[in-house]
Amino acid sequence: MTKSWLLPCHSAFIPNLVSNKQSTIDKTSDNMPSIEPTALHNLIVCHECDLLHRVHPLRYGERATCSRCGAALYAEKRNSFEHTIMLALTSLILFTVANAFPFMTFELHGRVQESLLSTGVKEFFERGMWTLGVLVFCASILFPALKILGMLYVLVPLECNRRPWKAALVFRMVEQCQTWAMMDVYLLGVIVAVVKLADLAILAPGVAILRWIDHCPGCGRLRS
Amino acid sequence: MRGSSPTAARSGLMSCHACHQLCRMPAVLTHVKAIYPRCEAPLHLQKPNSISRTWALLIAAYILYIPANLLPVMTVISFGKGEADTILSGVKELIHAGMLPIALLVFFASITVPVLKLLSLTYLLLSVQYQSQWRPRERTMLYRITEVVGRWSMIDIFMISILIALVKLEAVATIEPGPGAISFAAVVIITMFAAMSFDSRLIWDRLERKS
Repeated sequence: MTKSWLLPCHSAFIPNLVSNKQSTIDKTSDNMPSIEPTALHNLIVCHECDLLHRVHPLRYGERATCSRCGAALYAEKRNSFEHTIMLALTSLILFTVANAFPFMTFELHGRVQESLLSTGVKEFFERGMWTLGVLVFCASILFPALKILGMLYVLVPLECNRRPWKAALVFRMVEQCQTWAMMDVYLLGVIVAVVKLADLAILAPGVAILRWIDHCPGCGRLRS
Repeated sequence: MRGSSPTAARSGLMSCHACHQLCRMPAVLTHVKAIYPRCEAPLHLQKPNSISRTWALLIAAYILYIPANLLPVMTVISFGKGEADTILSGVKELIHAGMLPIALLVFFASITVPVLKLLSLTYLLLSVQYQSQWRPRERTMLYRITEVVGRWSMIDIFMISILIALVKLEAVATIEPGPGAISFAAVVIITMFAAMSFDSRLIWDRLERKS
């Protein structure tokens, strides 16, 4: 049995489609595999190596990987619809909170400097580096918001058995946002910035008190 | 794989990237706007112009990598004294301050990852163009890792954005972002696009044609 190298759960080995030597079902000896028109919905193609596979039903927690290159084909998750909607709603609330309140405060010599998630963007624009401002805005605020709203737009009507208008287009946009919404990278950036600030405090005489009000755990939820 | 492997392309099928629907290849693919019936995504046999687009983006990233490393990304101005930091010197500062784990993280994300991405994409492109058959499964894994890991180089940019937002204490300490930051961000974004435009099916196509 081929094990999925990506996740520690079972993977179902999906045998190749009919080929001239290996099949036990189709005994034809054609060189090219023949596919009936009705069988198309039973097939799936690996995105990374273009190999055809037959779709087999999986148990919960299993995932199917390509037999040639190991790419993930599909997986069976329990209650995935409900979980995703709940996570998306939670993310929406936490995201609003995270953007509305200051997430970090820096205090030195009695001077307090608060900053929201959008303050960094504003600073880039004020210094004329609008490219970086747009980039950070898109990666940390715009695309995560689009992702959550897009998911809710598609999933909530489906849960109520209605089909939303242009649902496929919106969901394709959500898939694109998976790469470009970088909240998890932002979190690590925060950690590095805090460490650098502690380092800077050694340069500036006096004690720098860092009060860190963090709403970022909410932002980690955005990877639903 | 011995014998002919049944790939979608050889069977006359195309698969949608978004919804995995299979459909038959239409007779005419060029000059026609064709879409998949289920999710209305545009039809592609392979990623269009994959090799030339990836090379173009890769060369641009190589060119921009030079100013990204030479120009300062961040200047800390404390009591009138400025201290310009490039990415490498930023890591050195962290090591001198004794913050070794964070220094390793920044070194990995800002120096190792971009370099490895550039080198692996170059290797993958050359291996495809020279019709190499060496270890396709490992090459596909390399491509997958390159795609996934690319976005983590943005740590440095986000760190700069947080620092300039917080440290605005006029005389005592100010932080100014430098031109190196724009080049570095450009390198990260361009390599992400390059990884997206490379079609990993090309690695396996070469094997198909030989067998």
